[in-house]
Amino acid sequence: MAPPDFRRPFKRAAVSDQQRRRELTLERQAQSRHDAQQRVRNLASTIISLQSQEPDDADVVLEPYLEESEAPPKELDIRRASRMRGEQVRNWFARQLMLPEWMIDIPDNLSQDWYVFARPAGKRCFVVASNGTTVSRQRNGSILHCFPSALPNGAKTREPSGPAHSYSILDCIFHEGDQTYYVIDMVCWGGCSYYDCPADFRFYWLNSKLEESGASGPPSYYHKYRFSAVTHEKGLPAAYTDATPYVKDGLLFYNKHAHYQSGNTPLALVWKDVKCSQYVLDTDSTGQVPDQQQVVLELQEDGNLITSDDPPIIFARLNSEFIQQLGLHSGNFVRCAINDGGLSFVEGKLEKADLKYIGKCSRGRAFADSYSKVVFQHMARHSPLTYDDLLVAANKAPSDVEMAG
Amino acid sequence: MAMEVTQLLLNAQSIDGSVRKQAEDSLKQFQEQNLPAFLFSLSGELANEDKPADSRKLAGLILKNALDAKEQHRKFELVQRWLMLDATVKSQIKSCLLKTLSSPVPDARSTAAQVVAKVAGIELPQKQWPELIGSLLSNVHQLPPHVKQATLETLGYLCEEVSPDAVDQDNVNKILTVVVQGMSSSEGNNDVRLAAIRALYNALGFAQANFSNDMERDYIMRVVCEAALSKEEKIRLAAFECLVSIASMYYEKLTPYMNDIFTITAKAVREDVESVALQAIEFWSSICDEEIDILEEYAGEFTGDSDVQCSYFVKQALNVLVPILLETLLKQEEDQDQDEGAWNIAMAGGTCLGLVARTVGDDIVPLVMPFIEENITKPDWRQREAATYAFGSILEGPSPDKLTPIVNVALNFMLSALTKDPNTHVKDTTAWTLGRIFEFLHGSTMDAPIITPANCQQIVTVLLQSMTDVPNVAGKACGALYFLAQGYEDVGPSSPLTPYFQEIVQALLTVTHREDAGEGRLRTAAYETLNEVVRCSTEETATLVLQLVPVIMLELHNTLEGQKLSSDEREKQGELHGLLCGCLQVIIQKLGASDQTKYGFMQFADQIMGLFLRVFACKSATVHEEAMLAIGSLAYACGPEFAKYMPEFYKYLEMGLQNFEEYQVCSVTVGVVGDICRALENKVLPYCDGIMTQLLKDLSSNQLHRSVKPPIFSCLGDIALAIGQDFEKYLMYAMPMLQSAAELSAHTAGADDEMIEYTNSLRNGILEAYSGILQGFKNSTKTQLLIPYAPHILQFLDSIYVEKDMDDLVMRTAIGVLGDLADTLGSNAGTMIQNSVSSRDFLNECLSSEDGSIKESAEWTKLAITRAISA
Repeated sequence: MAPPDFRRPFKRAAVSDQQRRRELTLERQAQSRHDAQQRVRNLASTIISLQSQEPDDADVVLEPYLEESEAPPKELDIRRASRMRGEQVRNWFARQLMLPEWMIDIPDNLSQDWYVFARPAGKRCFVVASNGTTVSRQRNGSILHCFPSALPNGAKTREPSGPAHSYSILDCIFHEGDQTYYVIDMVCWGGCSYYDCPADFRFYWLNSKLEESGASGPPSYYHKYRFSAVTHEKGLPAAYTDATPYVKDGLLFYNKHAHYQSGNTPLALVWKDVKCSQYVLDTDSTGQVPDQQQVVLELQEDGNLITSDDPPIIFARLNSEFIQQLGLHSGNFVRCAINDGGLSFVEGKLEKADLKYIGKCSRGRAFADSYSKVVFQHMARHSPLTYDDLLVAANKAPSDVEMAG
Repeated sequence: MAMEVTQLLLNAQSIDGSVRKQAEDSLKQFQEQNLPAFLFSLSGELANEDKPADSRKLAGLILKNALDAKEQHRKFELVQRWLMLDATVKSQIKSCLLKTLSSPVPDARSTAAQVVAKVAGIELPQKQWPELIGSLLSNVHQLPPHVKQATLETLGYLCEEVSPDAVDQDNVNKILTVVVQGMSSSEGNNDVRLAAIRALYNALGFAQANFSNDMERDYIMRVVCEAALSKEEKIRLAAFECLVSIASMYYEKLTPYMNDIFTITAKAVREDVESVALQAIEFWSSICDEEIDILEEYAGEFTGDSDVQCSYFVKQALNVLVPILLETLLKQEEDQDQDEGAWNIAMAGGTCLGLVARTVGDDIVPLVMPFIEENITKPDWRQREAATYAFGSILEGPSPDKLTPIVNVALNFMLSALTKDPNTHVKDTTAWTLGRIFEFLHGSTMDAPIITPANCQQIVTVLLQSMTDVPNVAGKACGALYFLAQGYEDVGPSSPLTPYFQEIVQALLTVTHREDAGEGRLRTAAYETLNEVVRCSTEETATLVLQLVPVIMLELHNTLEGQKLSSDEREKQGELHGLLCGCLQVIIQKLGASDQTKYGFMQFADQIMGLFLRVFACKSATVHEEAMLAIGSLAYACGPEFAKYMPEFYKYLEMGLQNFEEYQVCSVTVGVVGDICRALENKVLPYCDGIMTQLLKDLSSNQLHRSVKPPIFSCLGDIALAIGQDFEKYLMYAMPMLQSAAELSAHTAGADDEMIEYTNSLRNGILEAYSGILQGFKNSTKTQLLIPYAPHILQFLDSIYVEKDMDDLVMRTAIGVLGDLADTLGSNAGTMIQNSVSSRDFLNECLSSEDGSIKESAEWTKLAITRAISA
């Protein structure tokens, strides 16, 4: 006898797996749709688009991003991200700062097209002010401070210092000695994005806005740390020799025409020698300069050891037996020493590196070294680029216009 | 002509196929040539006492089929056709039908009764044939018994066909009076009495007013209860069917009668023939259904003043009801374990016991435990099986606190019975009971786990061993493993099943290869369990899941290596394709969910897609659907890479969208279009003309199941979002459709819950379409194209807000659309938006919503509006 239509035979499965698959699929689709729409909504004009593209070779140096790149830019709401926690956010933040390459040769037109300024020693971070709070995030994504500031919307004051939804993002170095955020670049101010503006424009606005907001004033109840703009425009000798309120850590060179760009860029360069930096040669965990130069590289699936550049430079290759033996996995950061064989170059390109495996890096490490850093350190030990070399380049007249007839 | 029709009707029932075919063709031809004459001659045939009973009966059936059909659109056509028919012809047909009701030939009367009801079903709602009920009821008491019986039968069918609001209360009263009088014990003729009771069954829905009147209700209930004690089995059965129906329709009116009903049902369960006993049990199952609903609603709302109060009938009857139900468990049929759909007094009793447990919770446990303890070790398998079944039945309802200590004691016994009991019935029920234990008492939400590191291995070992038992036991063991795996669904990075993963997968694959895997649903159960094991697996076993991909691919490949198949084999092959595609879908979705595992999986993508395309070459509705579902997951996993499959896949996509008949296939395909849009983004453009044409056709079809329409609207949004301003060319088609659908779904006045739910899903689809279109045009140079549509969109938002019957999902989508409007149109829409109700009251309501995602959307919308206004 058959049961009534609505009465399920008790011992039969309640839900068919097919039905379950259908439902799970619908759930996934609804979620994807919602995500897709949220992504679009977050692309509002006030929200920054962050380019993750890198130039393919250094020839573009004087042709900063005037054309739109083909690949779609990666976008995300930085304000929301600044409040979030977790590994993903950290990884995301880790990629947002513009990271100067190390100067391994001197760019053309140094005097004409480049700013130079003394880099403060301290913690490099993004400072995001919105909704009445200011949050600073270090390069590895961790939060440094969460505080009130005089930046627009940076504190919960009675009188709002800007439209409720506006926010600001500054690229800073926090200097412990005088507890000051030295602003080296401005990404957004009062809801306006400056990503796509050339450096000279950004620096000009930075100075006037910072003054106007009162953020460069002394600390107070609603303004916990002082913000101070570094002086961008004094030229090489002043940057090298003049006294600064902060401890110097090398010189930064910024191309005047370059837009703000996340990640490693050859349009911003760092250089140092013992006179302007305490830390020319890298130290190990005990603070000692090791006998041999050490490098940190990332292990790939195929055993290659690569730099953090995009595209990465392959320095060496570990065989799979060795990898297994050491218990390493793809994505691990490993520390190696450069043996006596050193680095050999052919036509300016790395040909061979004589490396010795030292060990795995601690988990806090978010990056491998960049190619330029390794080479700069190598040069610093063997044949450094000196201040005099720079000075010669800085005093050189702009290169002649080449006639094509 | 008349003679000819008789012969045709007789020939149409000939055992000689060619004669039959010829007659059917002629009848069809006649119908097509002259419908009124055809119908009239059929009614004449039916009414003619000189004609053979066989031709009269078939004439009536053809007539009936000319008035009604199962498919909605066909039914609508037939109704329209009848209404357009010449009034004279219709009245002649109707008078033939009424005349037939007094025929001495029972078949003729009965057929005529059905046709009259069909005509009434069409005409009464149109306020036509107003005299019908009056004429049926006049002189009913003077009629000879066979006419009276036919009249009551007609009234019964009529109540089944016609909705209560098409009959005025005066006529309802008259019908019920005649019906209830016909049911009473004073009616000497059993045929009349039976017809009356069956008529009441259909008329119960008309009796709202009468059930609210104490005297009338008392009378009806007394007569029904009397009939339930009749000496005639058919009458008792029909009376119990009425009681079951009354239990769910008039639960709140039952209190005064429950003592009597309890006595009657108890006696029937214990002593009556099976058909009647089953209805008596069903009465209590229905009462449980009602009380479970009421208690759930009560618990959910905390208002305390729900429409219906719980009368706790089950709780009050518990001490006597439970023993009666336990007795039924001992009345198993031999071999019932072989039959998935078996339904007998023991099954019904166990089902009812399960419902009682859900109704009363903990209270049932002490009443059932002695029965279990007494019987579980008896030599007679019936007693062991009944005890196990009783235990399995009460596992849902009582609290884990109450059940866990008992299960901890029982688990070992069950595991041992599953391998050692000599009887397969007992093993079958034991495996099922283990499944219920894992389903209801195992999972991350439980305070005290019943599965521990100490017994996990034993459980897995026993279940895997049982998978080699006879098919029904093996199938139940798979089911138990399904719930065992499900309990570890959100166990975190490390699952206790990890050490056994490979062994489990191997055992399940072995089951699928058993020669007898086709019996029952063993193979299906094994694949379903494999799917769940994969779904609930953790990262630890990701590589093992990846290794499963080529294994399942090979299985699918082997089934595709075609020999010529009989239609029976083809059907089996289709089922197997479905299972394998389903399994691959689960694996793809699992591996595609994280970047790490996706990478490894992608090496198989080309081959998998190739297999799916070959599956499409076989014709079977379920296979298409499974392969389609799997392709959706593949597109999600592949992202833009999926573009390379489009040239070959596209035609199947189009076929899926055209499949009106199997609407599930169509629905799944619509979802896949969305997946593809998100994966390909603007690379989907070359296929959009075809897809859009099909979707717009689907939307305007009245043949397509309505449940597919909301996802189609959402899909329009997916397309627009993917192709951005290239959607321009579709605006002039899509927008008017959205607009008219929006108008239809703006108001729900007078709709029932189901309709409101559907309307909300429709609104959600429409709103998602608007969102996608608005967002797609954002930052383009063509946003001005959307400005003309803005007033209507705002009006739609305002009107659904005013209606106050949005669910949370619609609310979230709706407030998002408001923001999209502001964001995309900017200052062009600023004033318009400011003047809308939505931008003030609705937005404020959403801003203070307790639902986080509504609030989030609203905050974004507020921002977008502020910008639009200040721009």
